[in-house]
Amino acid sequence: MDFLTTAIFILKGTGYTVALVIGALALGFLIGLPLACLRLYGPPIVSRLVAVYVWFFRGVPILVLLFLVYFGFYSVIEKFLLNRFDWRISFSPFSASLVALGLASAAYQSQIFRGAIQSLHLGQFKAALALGFSKTRAIFHIIIPQALRLSLPAWSNEYSILLKDSAIAYVLGTMEIMSRTKAMAAFTYKHISFYVLAGVIYYILTFLGVRLLRYCEKRTHIPGLGTE
Amino acid sequence: MTLDKLVDPDSQTLLEVRELSKTLGGKKILDKVSLTLDKGEFKVLIGPSGSGKSTLLQCIHFLIPPDTGDVLLDGKSAREMSHRDITLFRREIGMIFQDFNLFDHLTAKDNVAIALRRVKGMKKKDAYDRALSELTRVGLLDKADLFPAELSGGQKQRVSIARALAMDPKIMLLDEPTSALDPELIGEVLNVIQGLSESGMTMLMVTHQLGFARHFTNEMLFMEDGRITERGAPEELLAIDSTFRTKEFSLKLSKIQGH
Repeated sequence: MDFLTTAIFILKGTGYTVALVIGALALGFLIGLPLACLRLYGPPIVSRLVAVYVWFFRGVPILVLLFLVYFGFYSVIEKFLLNRFDWRISFSPFSASLVALGLASAAYQSQIFRGAIQSLHLGQFKAALALGFSKTRAIFHIIIPQALRLSLPAWSNEYSILLKDSAIAYVLGTMEIMSRTKAMAAFTYKHISFYVLAGVIYYILTFLGVRLLRYCEKRTHIPGLGTE
Repeated sequence: MTLDKLVDPDSQTLLEVRELSKTLGGKKILDKVSLTLDKGEFKVLIGPSGSGKSTLLQCIHFLIPPDTGDVLLDGKSAREMSHRDITLFRREIGMIFQDFNLFDHLTAKDNVAIALRRVKGMKKKDAYDRALSELTRVGLLDKADLFPAELSGGQKQRVSIARALAMDPKIMLLDEPTSALDPELIGEVLNVIQGLSESGMTMLMVTHQLGFARHFTNEMLFMEDGRITERGAPEELLAIDSTFRTKEFSLKLSKIQGH
């Protein structure tokens, strides 16, 4: 098999990697933002539960999480669904990787959003309540729009970390860049060439993603909000 | 100028504060504070730092719930209200903060309109028409599309006043509205407040601007150690031969301010 054919095979894994990263980021966002709000504004018991979630997913290696989700979580869910509803679900390595990375990213993203919210002047929340906003509406209309803008630089960092973490999904056989590179390197014994290629692809994806987010930062910038 | 003529002799009590008490961090901040505000009255609360003035305003507004006591607005007791009703109660009392507390991600126009849209449920066009009308009232129509970071301190405070007025409050509480401003900007904010009082708005203001208070308010309340210890007409409390604690405090203040 010539280098070009093999390289194209590896390049085709880019689609899976991008889908995995975007999916995990989205899942992390959908869970992380509410977690941050509950940590700051929720009842003490809920706030503590959120803290436990964050500590767990920040403390457990991604590799362990992947196996926990794919072998443990999946079998528990399927057993419950089969026994109760007679449903059988299909849980591919890709789905398991997305869920595991997403749950871990949610813990980190919740910290990003929590920091952004806490950097806002407390007076704005008070002013919103004084105008008759309920707590929930004040968070939704006043706090979150600002926190999201302030979070963009750190969120861009989360993207690049998640992109690199996605490489570990190869252990489940997810057909992303790393999995394909490993397979081809082992098949052709041309380890250096293909791992350099993989490194270049990851670098380009990181560069493009961070540039895109930087563009979003500039487009959403408001005078006086944030460091610029 | 006094405001006696603007106060209807038959006017009813709009705000009644009954023996409010609050302890924070083991320290008694408010100790059975009581006061009333009739419709159209403009009263001023003065006193040394730490006397509980700001806490009193926030307790009246139920931003900080008091430990004991009650606040009645137009006869309705806030103590008996549910959580949801407290939110409705707050809409009827405008609050101006020392640090302006504008929403940094919104323009001046959006700052005024957002509560009209999201709290009162007004249509977008109606909300923005009203917002522009209130900004005109405070002399800031030409700054409607600027963000708070692009406004001076005096302009920010005027936007915050417009934002509060847009909700049609029954009374306004002003917590040291000029303290965070440079001296040359204080006048523009006091002019707006004077205009409000002349139009009959019922107000309670915490301030160190005793010159303004002397000329434009109905009654002065002196607060110390969580209690209102003196109350009366400004000309009485601040008379040259007055022996009131208020007078002593005002002389100290004048010395510090270099008057």
